[in-house]
Amino acid sequence: MKASKIIMYVLLIGATLSFLYPFYWMLLASLTPEAQIGELGLMPKALTFSNYTQMAGKIPIGRALLNSFMVASLSTAGILVFGAMTGYVLAKLRFPGRNLLFFVIIFTMTLPFQITLIPNYILMVKLQWTDTLAALIVPALNSTFAILLFRQAFQSIPDDLIYAARVDGCGELRIIFQILCPNIIPTIITVGIISFMNSWNDVLWPLIVIRDEQLMTMPQLVTLFAVGGRAEAQLGVKLAAAVLLALPIILAYSIFQRHFIQSMASTGLKG
Amino acid sequence: MQKQTGKITGIRRRLLPYLILSPYLVHLLLFVLFPVVFSVVLTFHKWNIIAPMEYVGLDNFRRLFQDRLFWKAVLNTLQFLLVHIPLQITMALALAYFLNEKIILRSFFRASFFLPVVISGVVVTILWQQLYGLETGLLNRALTAVGLNRVEWLSNPFIAMISIAIMATWKNVGLYVILFLVGLQTVPRSYYEAAEVEGASAWQQFRYITLPAINPTIFMVLILSTIGGFSLFIEPYIMTDGGPLNSTLSAMLYIYKQAFGYYQMGYSATLGLFFAMLIMAVVAVQKMTIEKEN
Repeated sequence: MKASKIIMYVLLIGATLSFLYPFYWMLLASLTPEAQIGELGLMPKALTFSNYTQMAGKIPIGRALLNSFMVASLSTAGILVFGAMTGYVLAKLRFPGRNLLFFVIIFTMTLPFQITLIPNYILMVKLQWTDTLAALIVPALNSTFAILLFRQAFQSIPDDLIYAARVDGCGELRIIFQILCPNIIPTIITVGIISFMNSWNDVLWPLIVIRDEQLMTMPQLVTLFAVGGRAEAQLGVKLAAAVLLALPIILAYSIFQRHFIQSMASTGLKG
Repeated sequence: MQKQTGKITGIRRRLLPYLILSPYLVHLLLFVLFPVVFSVVLTFHKWNIIAPMEYVGLDNFRRLFQDRLFWKAVLNTLQFLLVHIPLQITMALALAYFLNEKIILRSFFRASFFLPVVISGVVVTILWQQLYGLETGLLNRALTAVGLNRVEWLSNPFIAMISIAIMATWKNVGLYVILFLVGLQTVPRSYYEAAEVEGASAWQQFRYITLPAINPTIFMVLILSTIGGFSLFIEPYIMTDGGPLNSTLSAMLYIYKQAFGYYQMGYSATLGLFFAMLIMAVVAVQKMTIEKEN
């Protein structure tokens, strides 16, 4: 092997360790008695679940897991259903106002969220949706990037398929969901993964509209636990909460790793 | 549902597109277009949501231009970007360049670099807060183990924002590695083979073949990480709460505190609108520069 190749492998392995080791350390530290975390290196001296049981006694972490799953699943479902419908209309139907709508969609995509953040909060207050899961789900039911990906995918399907289905008496919604959607599974997977992950990891919006601890999602609850006084400066319990927040996405990632990478590479979107 | 055979006719046909669009249109009006218009209205008012709105003309803007802390927060955010973006582009490019060579375990390397990208910023921040710890943090323990001095990663106002920029790079670099890798794979192997025959060095090949070919990717990464970087919030919120001495107070964190710490809706909407315009202006300048270059 050439020397340059060896240097390359050393650098690559070093980089890999720098990405993996901190997570390994976090997992170990969450299982280590508080007093020993400071010296923790590669191998633990003693393992314990006490950080987890203590943490679960301080914050409603099970409830937060459930909330997060509900919010992420429902908003992802909405993004998929409405994204497919809107994308279909933009790709396949002609109607007055189509260009204007397309222009508005592009406009909303370039709009930084900082503009709408505070007005949307006020809207939630006026609708009396603060401290309800509706505030987390309903505003997240549509996504511009999903609409554009669906539009692109539907454009590549020949019109004849739609005409044939109409002759057979299919309504438009059946055409979208039964005839066309099975042909664009990769797009559905891409939109599904990115939407679920974004929803799961979102923390700013929940911090704004939810105050009731029973309604908090995982990232919000873990954040407030980490910055508030309830962890009582104990490192282990904070790390245990962080591990539980990361775990579902790590599991999904280890199963669908290729899909995750391809989805995010094809859209350039980050979580 | 449509029951006639063949094509759909009459009024129904004309209404159909709008009917299918209606869930999106209602959503668009309620959560995007109305808030945009309302944010402009808010900038001329003083309001704490509970009491009636009070018209104050241009007071909010006047206050914004005199608000030293806001400008400090904007500068802090720019300082973050100045460290984060060059670091991100060079690291991502270097790692992608290595991954593009003939190597074993490529998909394992790729998957490890990508891991922090999918994990919540909350987890990454809590983790790095420990890595950066002054006494027991892993980084300082490693430094003292090899005989170097401790670094005040988060407690020194001159270093704290750089530490956050390093962490943000670690979190996001995997995504950009993949984007660069896609770009690198579009360069035909034959170019390198030809250059090899001509006796070009590895650096020359990189400089004259690779770099021009991936220029579009570099610009895409630049714009994506600019937009992402301007939204810096949860990292300083958890790690430092904007300290020490407001050195890590990002613009987003400041707006959040104004809005939800003091309930000054008019003023914070003004900050949000102004900051969004700033982001759009910076991105527009970047795009124009790119188009000029090409």
